Amino acid sequence: MKLSELKQGQRATVVRVGGYGPFRIRLLEMGFLQGTEVYVEKYAPLKDPIELILKGYHVSLRVDEAARIQVENVRDEV
Amino acid sequence: MPKKSITIALAGNPNSGKSTVFNNLTGTRQKTGNWPGVTVEKKEGHLKANGYDLTVVDLPGTYSLTAYSIEEIVARNFILDEKPDLVVDIIDASNLERNLYLATQLRELDTKVIFVLNMADLAMDRGVKIDADKLSELLDVPAVFTVGNRNKGTRELLETIISVAEAEIELPRTRRVYYGKDIEKAISELSQFIKEKIDTELPYHLRWVAIKLLENDRIVKERVSQAGNPQGEAIFHEAELQRQRLREFFDEEPEIVMTDHRYGFIAGIVKEVLKTVSESRVDVSRQIDQVLTNRLLGLPIFVFFIWAMFQLTFSLGTYPMGWIDSGVGWLGQSAGQILPEGLLRGLIVDGVIAGVGSVVIFLPNILILFFCIALFEDTGYMARAAFLMDKVMHLIGLHGKSFIPMLMGFGCNAPAIMATRTLESEKDRILTILINPLMSCSARLPVYILLAGTFFGARAGNAIFSIYALGIVLAISVGRLFRSTVLKGKVAPFVMELPPYRAPMLKGLFIHMWDRSKIFLKKMGGVILIGSVIVWSLSAFPRQVQFSRDYEAETARIRAHYDHGIAAAQGNDLGRLVRERDEAISALETLRAREKMERSYIGRIGKVLAPVFAPIGMDWRGSVAMLTGFVAKEIVVSTMGVLYAAGADEDEKSEALKLALKKSGMTPLSAYAMMAFVLIYVPCLATVGVIRRETNSWKWTAFSITYSTILAWLVAFTIYQGGRAIGLV
Repeated sequence: MKLSELKQGQRATVVRVGGYGPFRIRLLEMGFLQGTEVYVEKYAPLKDPIELILKGYHVSLRVDEAARIQVENVRDEV
Repeated sequence: MPKKSITIALAGNPNSGKSTVFNNLTGTRQKTGNWPGVTVEKKEGHLKANGYDLTVVDLPGTYSLTAYSIEEIVARNFILDEKPDLVVDIIDASNLERNLYLATQLRELDTKVIFVLNMADLAMDRGVKIDADKLSELLDVPAVFTVGNRNKGTRELLETIISVAEAEIELPRTRRVYYGKDIEKAISELSQFIKEKIDTELPYHLRWVAIKLLENDRIVKERVSQAGNPQGEAIFHEAELQRQRLREFFDEEPEIVMTDHRYGFIAGIVKEVLKTVSESRVDVSRQIDQVLTNRLLGLPIFVFFIWAMFQLTFSLGTYPMGWIDSGVGWLGQSAGQILPEGLLRGLIVDGVIAGVGSVVIFLPNILILFFCIALFEDTGYMARAAFLMDKVMHLIGLHGKSFIPMLMGFGCNAPAIMATRTLESEKDRILTILINPLMSCSARLPVYILLAGTFFGARAGNAIFSIYALGIVLAISVGRLFRSTVLKGKVAPFVMELPPYRAPMLKGLFIHMWDRSKIFLKKMGGVILIGSVIVWSLSAFPRQVQFSRDYEAETARIRAHYDHGIAAAQGNDLGRLVRERDEAISALETLRAREKMERSYIGRIGKVLAPVFAPIGMDWRGSVAMLTGFVAKEIVVSTMGVLYAAGADEDEKSEALKLALKKSGMTPLSAYAMMAFVLIYVPCLATVGVIRRETNSWKWTAFSITYSTILAWLVAFTIYQGGRAIGLV
């Protein structure tokens, strides 16, 4: 499943960051590594970008950028 | 003998509180400039402690040291080439894992490093405790705790800096990232290969060069071939073979696998040093964000903040502006009295004082505007503004962070363009700078008020509003056009951290505000001064003008005519006669000033250019007004005052000037074309100066001037000729 398909308040585990080049490296350096837990904090009022929490900090990504990140084990936060 | 001067470099992630630590260490003894060749800000500070002279260089905030952004390249090159005595890595203690990524890369560079665990209080609030001794032991690097925004730990940090920089310690070669059997094998094989091929000393540590070549690092490759090594190609070939082997083995790019290993190494450290003491307490920052970036409230609150910023800037700014205005007026008068009538007086009073004064007057606005921007930045709200507005700005191919500079443009383009420094991507920055002048600044408003007030009567408000709207529409179209042509390339990715909200430090706010205002003031001393003097000279020369009539003789005749009557008159008659005489003389003076301007160099240039302006509905007087408007847009009004023979002291509300304009043959259509031209053509001198500074390129400055003038002419032409074609006047 793509990270961009998650709803607000859902949590998932990163499987793989797609694409290539500097952008992919940048995402990995920011901590989007295989096995990392990602939580969807919220979407911006205009539905783009997304605010995520990973490794204890908040980061935002555009929806089409989040679409390059494959996730699994999607679950709702209780 | 111990070294008496020490150079240290501050490295760290963005939002790690690096600039606060820098301010705490150096106070206000700072120097701001650019890194050579790029528009990345360089800050340097000095201090004395324990008999040492310390130079502190603030490196750009980066998440990593791979050479993907200018900031990273600048930071890395400084450490490698300038070889500071010590690198101080500021680590956000409340965000240890990601901050350690940069730390492991710094360790790989084999320089002396110390860690500063900043914002330890915030970490405690989050319920985590860091074992600094353990961290320092695991990475073999001294670690110090600080709380930047309460200036805690600064003394201890200073002591550590000096003792470590002074000590003749062996650089630790162990306890660094282990990349796993296969990559380590590739590293040592490649190292061996390089060692055999190159007999001269490599400027950098061998293992690091091998790692970077395996990661296909562009800059390191350049350096290796630059070193004049004929073996460069052979080394790259070997590196590529190793990369190929690793790529096949891991089914992944080697640099990706290596990033993974670094994080793996970090995970091990974090597990050892981080202790959760209490389950997460209330996260205040997150709660603030529930409101400020709320789906419904987020945008209205943002609009309110921006509105408040402009209110503050322009209503509070009015008072000091008034003082400056009177101050400049007083200075001009005093200088006028002291200096003898003549060229020097004209140059000082009408050229220098009036010219610089017309720009100095914006200083209060600029100070307040920059204070607000510093407040947005230091609290962490700026990132939220970008988060809220990104979708809108993305339509023009820009980053959310471009929104604030664009908006500031409505106030004054000069500080707005300076505010583009917050943009990371250079293409974004240049595009934002190029389209910024299309946001109609407040100095252009008097021109609109005059023209619309004269020709559109009750519909003046709509006419002015439509000009602002025209600017926005043009900015969007031009932005899209440039993005797909001259500034082609991918839109910068929006991987942006949303740091926790923080209470700003007053000292930091003032330092940030002053840093930028200083740039504005410096500009004034140079470009604007020269520009004002040039425009003044063009209108003041030639000194001896062959007038069409003898004004002095006529003035004398009027005096003679009235003086007899005034001498004999009494009561009401006396007042009336004096008034009549003065009016007649001043009407004559106005005509004289107009003729003087007409016959001056600028008037002649205006007449030469008249055929260019004719198709857009302007006569030679309009073209002269546009020329003088290059110094500052509001000067257009006073020039028109002179040229349309209404007197130089007229402002945009003057009835006499309005009447003169109506009689001059201008029509609502040509007035509207002129408004559009004023909106679009070359921004004022101050803005051009700032564009030069911020793009760091004469090419882009020339491009900005050229495109805006051509566009202005085309739009005015379309309005004027199009309007005439459909029968408007």
